[in-house]
Amino acid sequence: MTRTIDRHALSHLRLLEAEAIHIIREAAAEFDNPVLMYSIGKDSSVLARLAFKAFAPAPVPFPFLHVDTTWKFQQMYAFRERFARENNIRLIVHTNQEGIEANINPFTAGSQVHTDVMKTQGLKQALSKYGFDAAFGGARREEEKSRAKERIFSFRDEFHQWDPKNQRPELWNVYNGRIRKGQSVRVFPMSNWTELDIWQYIHIEQIPVVPLYFARPRPVVEREGTLILVDDDRMPLHPGEQPRQETVRFRTLGCYPLTGAIKSTARTIPDIIREMMVTRLSERQNRLIDFDEDGSMEKKKREGYF
Amino acid sequence: MTRILERSDGSHLAERELIENDIEAFLEANLRKELLRFTTVGSVDDGKSTLIGRLLHDSKGVYDDQLKDATLTSSTGEGVVDFARLTDGLRAEREQGITIDVAYRYFSTPKRKFIIADTPGHVQYTRNMATGASTANVALILIDARLGVLEQSRRHGFIAHLLGIPHLLVCVNKMDLVAYDAEVYHQIVKTFSDFCEELSFRSVQFVPVSALLGTNVVDRAPESTPYYDGPSVLEYLETVEIKGDINLSDFRFPVQYVLRPNLHYRGFAGQIASGIVKVGDEIAVLPSGKTTRITHIDTYDGELEEAFAPMSISLRLSDEIDISRGDLIVPVSAPLLRGRRVDAMLVWMSETSLDPGKTYLLKHMTRLIRTNVASVRWRLDLERLERDASVEGLGLNDIGLVQLDVHSELCFDPYHDNRASGAFILIDSLTNTTVAAGMLQGLTDENEISEARRGSQVSAEERRVRLGHEGGILALGGPNVSDLLKVAWAIERRLFDEGVLAAVTTEPEIARALRAAGLFAVLCGSAEEALNYSISDGEAASDRLDATISAILDRARASGLLA
Repeated sequence: MTRTIDRHALSHLRLLEAEAIHIIREAAAEFDNPVLMYSIGKDSSVLARLAFKAFAPAPVPFPFLHVDTTWKFQQMYAFRERFARENNIRLIVHTNQEGIEANINPFTAGSQVHTDVMKTQGLKQALSKYGFDAAFGGARREEEKSRAKERIFSFRDEFHQWDPKNQRPELWNVYNGRIRKGQSVRVFPMSNWTELDIWQYIHIEQIPVVPLYFARPRPVVEREGTLILVDDDRMPLHPGEQPRQETVRFRTLGCYPLTGAIKSTARTIPDIIREMMVTRLSERQNRLIDFDEDGSMEKKKREGYF
Repeated sequence: MTRILERSDGSHLAERELIENDIEAFLEANLRKELLRFTTVGSVDDGKSTLIGRLLHDSKGVYDDQLKDATLTSSTGEGVVDFARLTDGLRAEREQGITIDVAYRYFSTPKRKFIIADTPGHVQYTRNMATGASTANVALILIDARLGVLEQSRRHGFIAHLLGIPHLLVCVNKMDLVAYDAEVYHQIVKTFSDFCEELSFRSVQFVPVSALLGTNVVDRAPESTPYYDGPSVLEYLETVEIKGDINLSDFRFPVQYVLRPNLHYRGFAGQIASGIVKVGDEIAVLPSGKTTRITHIDTYDGELEEAFAPMSISLRLSDEIDISRGDLIVPVSAPLLRGRRVDAMLVWMSETSLDPGKTYLLKHMTRLIRTNVASVRWRLDLERLERDASVEGLGLNDIGLVQLDVHSELCFDPYHDNRASGAFILIDSLTNTTVAAGMLQGLTDENEISEARRGSQVSAEERRVRLGHEGGILALGGPNVSDLLKVAWAIERRLFDEGVLAAVTTEPEIARALRAAGLFAVLCGSAEEALNYSISDGEAASDRLDATISAILDRARASGLLA
């Protein structure tokens, strides 16, 4: 494994790794009740590995939280259970029961309402319920324009809201973890990673990821130009709509009715990296929620979406 | 994402071919890339966003949908890419048409990976500049060729120097608007080089560019600037030597976290701030000063014989000594500075001005301690780059030299010797916001403390334990001296009854000596100390005296001056 460029210089990836470990330890030391936001996706898998590295040989001193909308891909649930079991993770799964009772789902409520109720509100409920004062997330600054200015320790008020105009200055690697009761901080150890960094790290570290990232023949329907996987029998088919087998994979994972597949033949991580390098699409282009309205990610973040 | 460079030398083709035909070889080469962090400093109209947009665009660091966004909504004409729009992040900024906070951008070339901290350069945004500068290897400064070297160009250069950025890249922009005139370019180079003579950069490079047209940005443009034979902006960024930017000579290891998975294992986790450590090294733990030896250097991936900055590791030691978060592990004979009175440069970042009576929290590496700002020696006049010694406080975006009275001993290196162990932040203990970035300069000159304190063999801690409180100065002012004394004597009585040893004086020198002795000095009518309270007419009257004293003491307690 390439750790150094020459005798006393770290390669960029090991530099980012060292930085992330420092951030995780710093937050774990300064907060009373931190939690790791676990979304089952590739960024979460990297974040988890970095947390293992930060505390080895001791176990990770905080739980993992999955805010479950109940609409994730079945393979994601299977992966989550196995991951928690094999790594001895204290996993908390939280679902917004009010949303379930109101029968909020992506098909009838629409992506915006579904995401707000099941994800944003669900997350806030969980953070309040368990009294978490710091939440680690796998978000990266290069993902989306409004994230380019996010702090590594990102302050949230009593209502879990982010105020982009009123962020704490952040210098060197000296982080300010001081908050009052009820306030919290989102911590983003992978702020400076790019998607290529993520995949290359997964590759050299041999980190397991959900098989949906790799191309396989899968049953899909095409809606408004987006390929949607028919993942379970809750998916209402339009009249005359017939799922067809396509060799597809997913660049990002979320709720299956809201996550578009791409046609691909990438079966290995190097395949994926090659495909990614040759394609020029934004990471979130295949997530429908970003196209609801102008500046929608910034709006969601102000309201508490991760 | 697809950050393949299109350049005339064909290097982008080699990388693209590698990606398409031998991805494993590409990944292997990619793993060996160095990371360079640079910050861009410029003013609203000098084309900074355009230059960054151009770098990202020409190195394919922009997503197609972002490019579409910047093209469609452009105000500069149909079908034209507004490069500045590629880097403007938040809505509010788009509305104002300026970047108001630090934005981070990422791109790579076959040679290096880059992180840009893009900061706006108005005088009122010194704090953003300082933020971007704090982690940068290179500061990229733009000078408008039509306007020449302005005060703000000097200001940007000075702040980059102050924050200890090793390398300076000066882009003389908008050369197309002066017809690529060699005379104009050389005049700017001469003027700014003279200015940089006095600053501490390891290297300074000038490039004549047109960000809008891409001249000398990615590829060299000898046809436009035949008088220039240096690198393009990107070539410079790819090749400037940065290995020496990390201090590898002085081992400093701030303990972040103690790992105790079982009774047999005790590891001290942290990121090496500077220097190199080997198994077997003799080390000292500060501030206790206890010494021991390194027995293991641990990582998740196995044990190491040697580790260096900025690796994140865990250390195991041969003796079981008491070590906790905030302690600093250094070589036994490290020439570290240690003291409670230190001089530091502050960049003030809060809307609320520095309050000399207030106690702040100081975070230095992994340690959080309380501090008072004993005095502001001078504020930097950013217009003239001169010291202004007439001020008593610092406001938003001010830079100044202060003397700190830290409540427990600080172990550090001067910032210009070691950025990692010389940097700190100040936090407001009530609002918890970060109010200042600090750069430690050294211990306060003993001559400037007080004659009487020099050589004292009684520590402040011993005094505190004996007396039950810390020393302090409460400065009262007002038009009527007899009123002041009346209030001061009443405060002295009240504090004495409450168990605080207080004494009244009208001499600042005596007040400082009293504070050094651990007593609480009530100083009347001195212009030297910033006032904690101003007594107005009538406040010393017998029927109001009690209320006045209570108000003064409440304020002293709220600010942390009194426990």
